[in-house]
Amino acid sequence: MSTTLRENPVEQFLRTDRMPHIWCPGCGIGTSVNCFARAVLECGIDLDKLCIVSGIGCTGRVAGYLRLDSFHTTHGRAIPFATGLKLANPDLHVVVYSGDGDLAAIGGNHLIHAARRNIDITVICVNNFNYGMTGGQVAPTTHHEKVATTTPYGDPEYPFNLPDLAASCGAVFVARWTTYHVVQLTKTLVKALNKKGFSFVEILAPCPTLYLRRNKLGTSVDLMKYFKEKSVIKHGANTKEVGLETYDKEIIVGEFVDIDKPDYLDNYNEIMKKRLGDKFQPWGR
Amino acid sequence: MAADRVEIRLAGFGGQGIIMMGYVIGKAYSIFEGYEATLTQSFGPEARGGACSAQVVLSKDKVLYPYVVQPDIFVAMSQEAFTKYYPTLKKDGILIIEEELVDLSGVDITQKLFKIPATRFAEEKVGRRLTLNIVMCGFFTAVTGLISRDAMRKAVEDTVPSGTEELNLKAFDVGYEYGQQVLGK
Amino acid sequence: MAEIKWTTADPKGVLTGAHYIDGNHAACEGALAAGCRFAAGYPITPSTEVVERFAARIPLVGGMFIQMEDEIASSICLQGAVWAGLKAMTVTSGPGFSLMMEHIGFAAMTETPCVFVNVQRGGPSTGTPTLPAQGDMQQARWGSHGDYETILISPSSPQECFEFIIDAFNLAEIYRVPVMFMMDECVGHMTEKVVIPEPEKIKVVERRWTDKKPGEYLPYQPDPEDLVPYMVKAGDGYRFHITGLTHDERGYPAATDVEIHNNLVRRLCEKITKNAHKIWKWEEKDTDDCDILILSYGISARVALRGIELAKERKGIKVGLFRLIVVWPMPEQRIIELAEKVKAIIVPELNIRAQVAREIERIVKGRCPVIPLGHAGAGVHNPEDIYNAIVEAAK
Ligand SMILES: Cc1ncc(C[n+]2csc(CCOP(=O)(O)OP(=O)(O)O)c2C)c(N)n1
Ligand code: SF4
Ligand SMILES: [Mg+2]
Repeated sequence: MSTTLRENPVEQFLRTDRMPHIWCPGCGIGTSVNCFARAVLECGIDLDKLCIVSGIGCTGRVAGYLRLDSFHTTHGRAIPFATGLKLANPDLHVVVYSGDGDLAAIGGNHLIHAARRNIDITVICVNNFNYGMTGGQVAPTTHHEKVATTTPYGDPEYPFNLPDLAASCGAVFVARWTTYHVVQLTKTLVKALNKKGFSFVEILAPCPTLYLRRNKLGTSVDLMKYFKEKSVIKHGANTKEVGLETYDKEIIVGEFVDIDKPDYLDNYNEIMKKRLGDKFQPWGR
Repeated sequence: MAADRVEIRLAGFGGQGIIMMGYVIGKAYSIFEGYEATLTQSFGPEARGGACSAQVVLSKDKVLYPYVVQPDIFVAMSQEAFTKYYPTLKKDGILIIEEELVDLSGVDITQKLFKIPATRFAEEKVGRRLTLNIVMCGFFTAVTGLISRDAMRKAVEDTVPSGTEELNLKAFDVGYEYGQQVLGK
Repeated sequence: MAEIKWTTADPKGVLTGAHYIDGNHAACEGALAAGCRFAAGYPITPSTEVVERFAARIPLVGGMFIQMEDEIASSICLQGAVWAGLKAMTVTSGPGFSLMMEHIGFAAMTETPCVFVNVQRGGPSTGTPTLPAQGDMQQARWGSHGDYETILISPSSPQECFEFIIDAFNLAEIYRVPVMFMMDECVGHMTEKVVIPEPEKIKVVERRWTDKKPGEYLPYQPDPEDLVPYMVKAGDGYRFHITGLTHDERGYPAATDVEIHNNLVRRLCEKITKNAHKIWKWEEKDTDDCDILILSYGISARVALRGIELAKERKGIKVGLFRLIVVWPMPEQRIIELAEKVKAIIVPELNIRAQVAREIERIVKGRCPVIPLGHAGAGVHNPEDIYNAIVEAAK
């Protein structure tokens, strides 16, 4: 094949001067970034207005590799940073791209409140069932009884059902795919990027180096097989039923929520206008 | 009251508009008379419900120490406030009381004393019980002579909720005129 | 040559006139006059009135306020707003300030200009929510991990809350640092006359925007003169990267490179220490010919003035006052000059661990005794205590 044909269309979004990246071979984060980059190409958003915000973690490094205005913030706090960015300049499209620990453990409070406020941002959560960056500790997404460095005999806790958490807090768009579902994931990301209001996409991804190895779940190829076999596509599924309590449970994927309601700024502007009339200086819209 | 620094304590219970009295006095003296006035108030549990007090320090120059230590003037609007704060009033100070809410029997008052039924006047002469604090402001202005009537009226107008200016100025005048009457003017 | 663009205040944010308001309200008006158009906060006594007023005023001025879910969120939310191009602040007190520490470090590391207002209460922990202290002074300097420098400003009246918070915003922009505006409950809650000038009389610094084009621009290339890099904002096509990791001039992580780390951290400190003479702000009273020097800041300096008067009236002792307005960095040369002349320096402050006094001691290096006059807070010094300390030191 000629090199032009092989040229990756997502290359224009990558900071090639920062390659090679830090991710392990077989890590699912790279796959998710590929889908995201393709989605960005398709979604029609002016790339100069697209900002990406990450927290800390292996996934948190995504911001650094994308040739966009990008912010690598602190652990767990990508969402409130993104909130400030978006509210201060509503013309920006703001995407939060981070890990499950970052968004659901230390940053869990920010996740639920941003969803509740319906801040117009897109949150992409790479769920690899553990803390990758710090060496495989237990996460609020670790399957019940699976092993992590800080639960060496098995996790006694129950994991979060992230789509349900986001949906019940008010997210207007909620979806889940695995890194096996690259085509569907890309399409969903296009929708999420163009959705007004708080959208949440969970991407289940292999962390071969830590979670798979420690739990003797094979390689990332094995995990792809597992994703393929266990996944059931159910668009519009009741998010109450999509929990991933144990590893052997079926994995329900698809677009679960897609509703319309005014976002934070719509409400803000409307209320202020009602109360303050002409004295109000409309913000952003 | 020729001293450079005049310390005033206003105290009563929540809902009497004690802080607003302090605010009006401070504003009149600083903004409309052009001197300096520092208002402090008790915050926190002390300020919830029950007792309420405001302190104002008036000075021709910058107020250095912001708090009231030994007031020259004490306006007592409740029995509880009177009991609590009367002992700190200067021996040659001025005591002003809401006479139907403060009972002085058994206490030997050495200071100059002025009494007004501010709440009843607010009800009967102004027609709004809520204006009792402004009635007291008027009375305070007349009997202390610290701040001009004009400055105080401006401060009242500037402070009360819009639409209630006229009512409150009337309340002020009711208190002021009673004060003059008491002084025998 | 470092390019600092001075302009005057945007009239929309300026309530010209004489007002009778407390320090918290005055700080809000000062922030608006300085061009602050975004605030994120979480309610906490005794600071809440600042954001309450901001929330009421900002829809009329044009800008945004949001009450976040906690102080951690507030302290990073405002930085998002800064990178979107606005001037921004957050406002808090002790417990909230402790929660903000990581993001003060993030602002220092990413050189995000912003203002943290701390209306100090007594601590530790919940302490005295409704009463004053000056016990967060060292925390404000060093509270976040690692080496960095910041600027601390301390007002002593509502008028100064208005005026000096404008300095805080200006210095934040010039040096691209988080500036700590260190109020206290007493100043925050006392009501006094505050005169707000016409907008043309209020000097405001513009952001240090780069004049370079995308492609040429390096986010962390410092100005050779003042060591501060120039800024861009999101959405302008620069496709820049910001990280709290140690980074090179491109803004890219270089977290394992000793040399880059060293250079970066040194520059973050030196942009303050080397420019300190342009940042200092203090006030002196009767220091030409005094035997005892009171060195203080904020409400304590103001209360001390009363103690100084007493010493003059009662004993004829010559006492000077040196009031730090910018508490950090400190005008070291001038303090040394005075230390060489006076018998003793007394440092009244509302903390008992000599948080500022120990800095003075370090500067004075034994040239004269430095006497910390601590008060644990929940009140201010009694002027008599200051008088007594003066008499004792003058013996
Ligand atoms: C305040 C704070 N606490 C802890 C850490 C250490 N830390 C860095 S990343 C991380 C967990 C990351 O897990 P996750 O968000 O799932 O991302 P992944 O690496 O799995 O992609 C932790 C605990 C930190 N950087 N900051
Ligand atoms: S540790 Fe896991 S999550 Fe991190 S890069 Fe390696 S495989 Fe990916
Ligand atoms: Mg993870």
